[in-house]
Amino acid sequence: MFLAVSIAIMIVMVLALVRAFLGPTLFDRILAVNMFGTKIVLLVAVLGVVSDQSSFVDIALVYALINFIAMIAVLRFFEYERRTRERESS
Amino acid sequence: MELLIDVASWICLLTGGFVGITGAIGLFRFPDIYTRLHASSITDTSCMGLIMLGLILQAGLSVLLLKLLLVMLILAYTSPTVAHILIKTARREGPEPILDNKEVES
Amino acid sequence: MKVVINFGIILTGFWLINSGYFKPLLLGFGFLSVVIVIAITWRMKEKDGEFFPLIMMSLRLPGYLLWMIGQIIKSNMDVIRRIWLGSKSISPTIVTCKAGQKSDAGKVLYANSITMTPGTITMSIHDDILEVHALTRQAAKDLQLGEMDRRVTVLEDV
Repeated sequence: MFLAVSIAIMIVMVLALVRAFLGPTLFDRILAVNMFGTKIVLLVAVLGVVSDQSSFVDIALVYALINFIAMIAVLRFFEYERRTRERESS
Repeated sequence: MELLIDVASWICLLTGGFVGITGAIGLFRFPDIYTRLHASSITDTSCMGLIMLGLILQAGLSVLLLKLLLVMLILAYTSPTVAHILIKTARREGPEPILDNKEVES
Repeated sequence: MKVVINFGIILTGFWLINSGYFKPLLLGFGFLSVVIVIAITWRMKEKDGEFFPLIMMSLRLPGYLLWMIGQIIKSNMDVIRRIWLGSKSISPTIVTCKAGQKSDAGKVLYANSITMTPGTITMSIHDDILEVHALTRQAAKDLQLGEMDRRVTVLEDV
């Protein structure tokens, strides 16, 4: 039964990756990568319950936090880039 | 009782997987980034919630359960924040949203 | 003072869940880090205006969370149906709505609740006007009726 869930999560991850490759705009790609990260957290949590080790869930926790911070950092980067562009043009 | 918990957690896990695949298909069926964000938001709320609930039912009373609850809490806190900052940046930098132009809302 | 003790209890619980060891040395480290976090947060109060959002201590919060979960399930089913029906069935709209909360924490809770229910996403907040992107016109209309706004505002007076 855990196998079925893992396969389902992996299908979602593959579809998200396809979207990340196809994505017409950059924001589609960021959205797909964010979804990919969330699904990895779920997959690691499933692995932790299957092997009955709570340290896997710690890894999931750290991954969730790093994923969050990475998304904030990437999107902040655009904001700063826009500001420098405005300063250069003015 | 054991069997009942197992069945409940299997139902939760399978429904979660189905909802996740549905959300991923939504990424392909919706026209632009703003509507795709709604599709990704269902995988962040109900797919995550159902799979975590199924895992919590399987874990039983232990440290594992508390940690799974913590992961669930953190995912539930961070995903709306990421969605909000993504749509804010997309609105400012990205393409114009496709709107339904049958009538104009106030 | 009561707020500080509550915050300390929450932080201690967080440490105990994550560590799982009960040796005196590790408990000492835990106590030390709780004290440091409280001190840093106390310094940030001058910048931000509030030490710990009072809305988190409201007794009505569990009831609100239960109502919120029901709301999330309802709108999830709606969005899932529309994904299978295809892009003909959606009507994306942008609407503005008013937030009736006084404190910043209340507004953040309201905006986050809107984003968390699938089908509606907050785009921006200016003072107390929220700009919301909705997947369907029906979802936007439900939001403008303002039931969620009322429920969050009630949470505010502790």
